[in-house]
Amino acid sequence: MRPLVIIPAFNEAPTIVGVITNIRRHVDADIAVIDDGSEDDTARLAREAGAVVLRHPCNLGIGAAVQTGYVYALRAGYDLVVRQDGDGQHDPSHIGRFIELLASDQADIVVGSRFLAREGYQSTLVRRLGIFILGIVSSLVGRSVTDPTSGYWGVNRRALEVLAKSHPDDYPETEALVVAARSGCRVRELPVIMYARTAGQSSIGGTIYAGFYMLKVVLNLLIGRLRPR
Amino acid sequence: MHLLQVLAVTASSTLLVFVVEAVRRSKLNSRYAILWLGAGVVLLGLSIYRPLLDWVARALGVSYPPSLLFLVAFLFLLSIVLHYSLVISSHRDSIRRLGQAVALLERALEEQRRAPGAT
Repeated sequence: MRPLVIIPAFNEAPTIVGVITNIRRHVDADIAVIDDGSEDDTARLAREAGAVVLRHPCNLGIGAAVQTGYVYALRAGYDLVVRQDGDGQHDPSHIGRFIELLASDQADIVVGSRFLAREGYQSTLVRRLGIFILGIVSSLVGRSVTDPTSGYWGVNRRALEVLAKSHPDDYPETEALVVAARSGCRVRELPVIMYARTAGQSSIGGTIYAGFYMLKVVLNLLIGRLRPR
Repeated sequence: MHLLQVLAVTASSTLLVFVVEAVRRSKLNSRYAILWLGAGVVLLGLSIYRPLLDWVARALGVSYPPSLLFLVAFLFLLSIVLHYSLVISSHRDSIRRLGQAVALLERALEEQRRAPGAT
């Protein structure tokens, strides 16, 4: 079975074609772009570049886009899914390693961490501070991860089923990790290199948003502990 | 009748008339009118019949009875806003599911068009 690479994208017209061709250069996989209600040509360009395009009628948020990708993967019968960002931040040369780890059943979820190997884009100060605090939170929650906000994920069928059913909303990565870990998925980190985005907007932008991000994630993690399993 | 009482009666009856009229014209779903109607009826009752206001205020230990109106109005507004937060959250969830379903259906349709032999 071929793996599926999913790319959630919101207004990524300047980079999406490059991302798709770059992925093709490194892996033999099907590619699905989830266009989260873009106002630019993201969907058309992605389709012309040969990707399957799933188009949200309006902007539903990155969490919803990722989930749409997972649901599509399940319905189309894929067993291995790797998520890449649409802005070229993720270096697709690692995808092969993700697939290896998942295919040999060493983990249900593989998360690419830019902090395991200290190379490439290490993010802004505010975000690094956030990542540090979230690190503490995630160890409170029982998982120690070095890069809980990383969107570079690989998942197998087991994790797909969990995440397709319930996937967090706005800034989903940290919470998704906790949700999946609580339902018994084995999480592993893999060192990856990330690049600073060259165009477009991060889903985590600005200091106020960084504050909102941390508040929301911490709140969800803490209240999430109160939910029945 | 004090001016304050006239004001309070006018305000609460205006609220009641407005809400009832909005429901009648189907501008306001009755599901979201209940709390407003409750607020209107309780505030009108308290402001029209002074002894009731005084009695409730004394029972609660409120020394200046008219301020009870503010407390009641505040509590109603608080519950209305909280109720709306719940409604907004559930709508957000529904919109998300609908949007995702549309995306997946569109894709399925596209696949069917590409393979005309399939049923």
